Amino acid sequence: MSRRFWWRSFAERADDPDYLAAIAHEFPEPHGEGGVDRRRFLQLVAASAALAGLDGCSSLPPEHIVPRVEPLAGEEAGVPRYVATALVQEGYATGAILQHRMGRPVKLEGNPDHPASLGAADATLQAAILDLYDPERSAAVLNSGRVVDWNKLTLLLAGKRTDWAKTGGAGLRILTGRMTSPTLAAQLAALLKQYPGAAWHQWEPMSRDAVAGGANLAFGKPVEALPQFDKADIVLAIESDAISSAPGHLAYARAFAERRRAAETGQGKMSRVYAIEATPTLIGASADHRFALKPAEIETTLRAIAAAVGAGPNEWQDGDRPHWVDAVVADLSTHKGVALVHAGAEQSSTIHSLAHAINAALSAPVRYIEPVAVGAADIKSLAAEMHAGKVDTLLILGGNPAYDAPADLGFVEALKRVKLSIQLATHADETAAVAAYHVPALHPFEDWGDGRAFDGTAAIVQPQIRPLVPGHSAAEMIALLAGAQTLDPRKQVIDHWRQTTPGDFDTVWAGWLRRGVIPNTAAGAASVSLRGDFAASLPKPAAAPGLTVLIRPDPFLRDGAQANNGWLQELPRPLTRLVWDNAALIAPATAKRLELGPEDVVEIASAGGAKVRVPALVAPGQAEDCVTLSLGFGRTAIGAVGRDVGVDVGRLRRAGALWQTGATLHPTGEHATLATTQHQQNMAGRDMVRTRPLTAAEDKHETVEASLYPRHPYDGNAWGMTISLSSCIGCGACTAACQAENNIPVVGREEVMRERAMHWIRVDRYWGGTPDAPEIAFQPVPCMHCEDAPCEVVCPVGATTHDSDGLNVMVYNRCVGTRFCSNNCPYKVRRFNFYGYSGNDPRPAMSWNPDVTVRGRGVMEKCTYCIQRIREAKIAADRDDRPIRDGEIVTACQQACPTQAIVFGDINDPKSAVSTRKATPLDYALLEELNTRPRTTYAARVTNRNPAIAEG
Amino acid sequence: MSVMEPGQNLTTISANISEETLNPGRRLWWWGGFLVAVAFTALFVLAIEYLFIAGIGIWGVDIPVAWGFAIANYVWWIGIASGGTIISALFYLTQSEWRSAVNRIAESMTLFAAAAAGVMPILHLGRPSFFYWLFPIPNTMGLWPQFRSPLLWDFFAILTYVVSSVLFWYLGLLPDLALVRDRATTYRRQLFYGIAALGWTGSHTQWRLHKTAYGLLAALMAPLVVSVHSIVGLDFSGGLLPGWHSTQFSPFFVFGAVLSGFATVLLLVIPVRRLYRLETYITAHHLNLLVIFMLLCSLLLAYSYLIDALLPFYGNDEYERAVAIHRFTGEWAWSFWAAVGLNVVIPQLLWFPRLRLRLWLVCLVSFGVFVGMWCERIMLVTSSLYEDFMPSAWGHFTGTVWDWSTLLGSVGFAAAGFFLFLRYVPVASAYELKELLPPAERHG
Repeated sequence: MSRRFWWRSFAERADDPDYLAAIAHEFPEPHGEGGVDRRRFLQLVAASAALAGLDGCSSLPPEHIVPRVEPLAGEEAGVPRYVATALVQEGYATGAILQHRMGRPVKLEGNPDHPASLGAADATLQAAILDLYDPERSAAVLNSGRVVDWNKLTLLLAGKRTDWAKTGGAGLRILTGRMTSPTLAAQLAALLKQYPGAAWHQWEPMSRDAVAGGANLAFGKPVEALPQFDKADIVLAIESDAISSAPGHLAYARAFAERRRAAETGQGKMSRVYAIEATPTLIGASADHRFALKPAEIETTLRAIAAAVGAGPNEWQDGDRPHWVDAVVADLSTHKGVALVHAGAEQSSTIHSLAHAINAALSAPVRYIEPVAVGAADIKSLAAEMHAGKVDTLLILGGNPAYDAPADLGFVEALKRVKLSIQLATHADETAAVAAYHVPALHPFEDWGDGRAFDGTAAIVQPQIRPLVPGHSAAEMIALLAGAQTLDPRKQVIDHWRQTTPGDFDTVWAGWLRRGVIPNTAAGAASVSLRGDFAASLPKPAAAPGLTVLIRPDPFLRDGAQANNGWLQELPRPLTRLVWDNAALIAPATAKRLELGPEDVVEIASAGGAKVRVPALVAPGQAEDCVTLSLGFGRTAIGAVGRDVGVDVGRLRRAGALWQTGATLHPTGEHATLATTQHQQNMAGRDMVRTRPLTAAEDKHETVEASLYPRHPYDGNAWGMTISLSSCIGCGACTAACQAENNIPVVGREEVMRERAMHWIRVDRYWGGTPDAPEIAFQPVPCMHCEDAPCEVVCPVGATTHDSDGLNVMVYNRCVGTRFCSNNCPYKVRRFNFYGYSGNDPRPAMSWNPDVTVRGRGVMEKCTYCIQRIREAKIAADRDDRPIRDGEIVTACQQACPTQAIVFGDINDPKSAVSTRKATPLDYALLEELNTRPRTTYAARVTNRNPAIAEG
Repeated sequence: MSVMEPGQNLTTISANISEETLNPGRRLWWWGGFLVAVAFTALFVLAIEYLFIAGIGIWGVDIPVAWGFAIANYVWWIGIASGGTIISALFYLTQSEWRSAVNRIAESMTLFAAAAAGVMPILHLGRPSFFYWLFPIPNTMGLWPQFRSPLLWDFFAILTYVVSSVLFWYLGLLPDLALVRDRATTYRRQLFYGIAALGWTGSHTQWRLHKTAYGLLAALMAPLVVSVHSIVGLDFSGGLLPGWHSTQFSPFFVFGAVLSGFATVLLLVIPVRRLYRLETYITAHHLNLLVIFMLLCSLLLAYSYLIDALLPFYGNDEYERAVAIHRFTGEWAWSFWAAVGLNVVIPQLLWFPRLRLRLWLVCLVSFGVFVGMWCERIMLVTSSLYEDFMPSAWGHFTGTVWDWSTLLGSVGFAAAGFFLFLRYVPVASAYELKELLPPAERHG
């Protein structure tokens, strides 16, 4: 075997004589030339042995030392602490509470006091904690890819400041994302005042420009409309993101679901939901009637509806329209004041304005508020200036425009023409590769800041941990440009709020931090009236292209900023159940017409000339001739987790057409394999998800108990769970929460393809009806904790067994891995460590939840009903000598669920919330004919169809 | 047909049988076969080595199909092992004279098949180093195995079976080892066979005790072969899965096991008979009887297949029906049809006496059964698992290169053992053959 030449630097590889001389002396021989010969060696050994013997003669008195094992101040092992903060995503803040164990944050939970969370947390929010611990975060200032000292940059900027003082900041540009932070906005305003020649631009890949544009068209000002689902009997959702991703979606989902499960709880009236959309959404999946229309048809249909409810000219009703429109119109117009329309952010301004007009005509339950975000110039003008060489210094605060800016702006080329470009980001990403300087950003959990929620409520972002990497914050960067006396971000935030707060600021400030919300900061109501010339001012409907490409954010990766997050990559997408991949979603009829087989790779060429090659996925419920592509994939410069996962479809986006474009599609003849977690798409005629019309919801389902054996008595607590299928919107927050709480490892794309995903609670998605107009049902499936558990009897070593509370528990230490339990589990909720997944997970040891065992290779695992939380509550109750209170134990999935679909508690207590829910006639057990008597039961899905619209 | 060709006496039997062990001459076929078997054994060792290093993730098993090749291989090998036991023990008890010529080959085959079977459940475990936890070892924590689990009884059953098989084989071997010892001419052979013969002198007392012990062991082995396969059947029918949860599995598994056992015995006896020129002792009569027994087992198995395929449609269980249909048409349907074809349809050729005498054909049919029974085992394991109750959890199963390596390697391992047996142990039971001689012909 030949010896490989390992080189320590390029100089050595190039045989630079100076360098070789220098390294020759890098590790000098400790004992002079020649080392030690045999004789000398033996002498030394003999002397050492003789000296070692002397040790026995020592008569020093014994001394005692005390090791320094001191707990952190205020920390008690095993006792968690909770610290509020807020996470700003896509500009809007959502309140969060972080659970700290031994001084480090291990789990993110929603903040019940924060209006955008109400205690719930979606998957992206929860995954932020994994971003914090990402070992591949950028940790050094880079200048053209080389590590440089931070001071080099500060000195450079000090010189620049001298110039700006003379020129008024000419050539200085700042690019941010959407901005709701009062501190940053004030800092930027002050900076622009200081340097009148400077300018602030914004680029938000998850643009809401069309939403603002729609309000402008309808009302003449960019107000924000907040739908009030709690007051809506009728909802018309136009590809709405209200319960999936819109700002405030967690709160909307809560209100929405409360009305959806009215038949179960007996409180209020069940709403009726219509969805009109080109590509399926979560609200569409929950809707009673879902209509798949092409974008152009959506607009004409909405015009017809607007005209019919009196919000537009009659000629809008001309032409063909689907048979169900009249029924929808009738339902809307008979529910004035309690019917609303909501359109998703990806819809055109025209559609938004039509929705506003219909809402105005219906006196819909919608709150109008002044815009929460602070606007600035757009990226298009910035790119033009950059191309023209007018930009001398560009500071990019967060964001990754080299990856996500509209392709037609040529942002990468433009960036190369900027003399000094500085990017602040958590990863050395695509933009860092082009920018002159890259500055590592602090994670929001290490940084001070603030942000506003969807309704304007402000919250302080407070650090949860000392920075894990030597990063910098946005407030610091702006202060640096301004030449402020202090760069301390905490000081920037405090100073800003001190100015605007009367009274004893320190007390008030402490209260804000404790609660995680600044009270009374919600945006004021805006008064709106429909513009008189609204109908006339609408642009003419554009001619529909042959094939429309809908470019949509990935449900979890969104714009791709979190692409290095294994939890999000591996969380099955609600409707496609895809992981680690994006695909071109194509309607079954269109796929048939184009003769596309499953997973054929297609080439999509946009009208703008950009091309992408993506595997096709036949997606029921997709409108014909519409192809949906997901953003957030195809990252080329990021950590190993997210690099080259999926295809970057952002290059199809153009500045004026971010969300859809005409395109052509060709099969390439290639095949790709997509990783999904569900292979059977319908219920195969079985009644996994039971659905009942509202009118028949009262039928009690009788269960016959058949057993020769007496029931095992549980005298203390008997934990049980119920899941409301009317409430479940399929968002996957429960799976993400479970993964975070229970130390569930990420297994990677290959292992998912080998059917070894590890999630303890999966959300099954079934298609019903016809492929073109499917019914969509979601069903979260955790362990059923059967009373007569089939898994227990087959384990030869008793590694899975019942505990005194009737839980089916798994003893990892005892498991030898026969896997018979999984075979015998009719629900297939058991997961096996085929490899040492936890050991291979790149996350640092400090990030695991210390309350939950990290499982090794070769053992079975499964949902435990968060037994660590049960024991914690039990210990607390025992200390106080009282029973555990109802609601004291909240499982991770239940806690995160935005719709409160999951209820957990003691089924021995007839008054507990879970017992009350289980008492509904809708309650049923999955596969009850097997007589496993599950502790987890479901409340059947109730639909509230309009009898005027025929089935199908 | 007689059980032995004429012209044999005590001396010729002793000479013929021991000569094969003591002076085998140059046997290229032996070296060739042995080296191939050793190569596959090396593959087996490599596959196991890598398995222990990397974990069972290297196999195709997944959730829902958490059992795969290892279990199928196990059931297959333990079934094959039954052949020797049936021939040796059951036919000993029924005093079928013809068994004496083939029982050594059959028993040795059992030994190595049982060894190959025995390692599979351990390899199958996620944490193989803890396999002994299935054993009821008294411990300070008062922790016992879970006695309701079929797997536990399976562990006991196979342990009993392997230990009994080894004892039975060795006990039957003692007089012949002594014979080889007595005829050996070199010191090393005398030492080796002398130790192995455990001081057998052939005294009347020893013969009496031997006969009693052998009879007792035979009486134990005959029911054991039934119980071990019944319990293997319980491994499946103890579960609640459609396609597994069936009352007929115990006899069904016994039938299948015995079929594969006879097939494998035939597969080995026919070439060994030819190569060792044992036509004198293993006559066409023997082979004919073995083939008829194989045919009988094939018919019994056909009955089980029929019941298994029809009952789901007689009953009203949608899951049973779905699994039955998947067996006929699903992803692993090839294994079902291969099992039906190779185990049931093709062996029907053996109804014709003339075909039964075509040894190459018998070999082919036996080899078909040998393969077909593995197909049946993998079909039973996977077809119930990959599409059971919850449609959302349905999955697939594909064997990986390591799955196949383990399977082929285990064949090599058993074959290598068999080759060693052929070389170092008398291939037929000399003392039992001698008992078959009419008194008049003993000293010819």
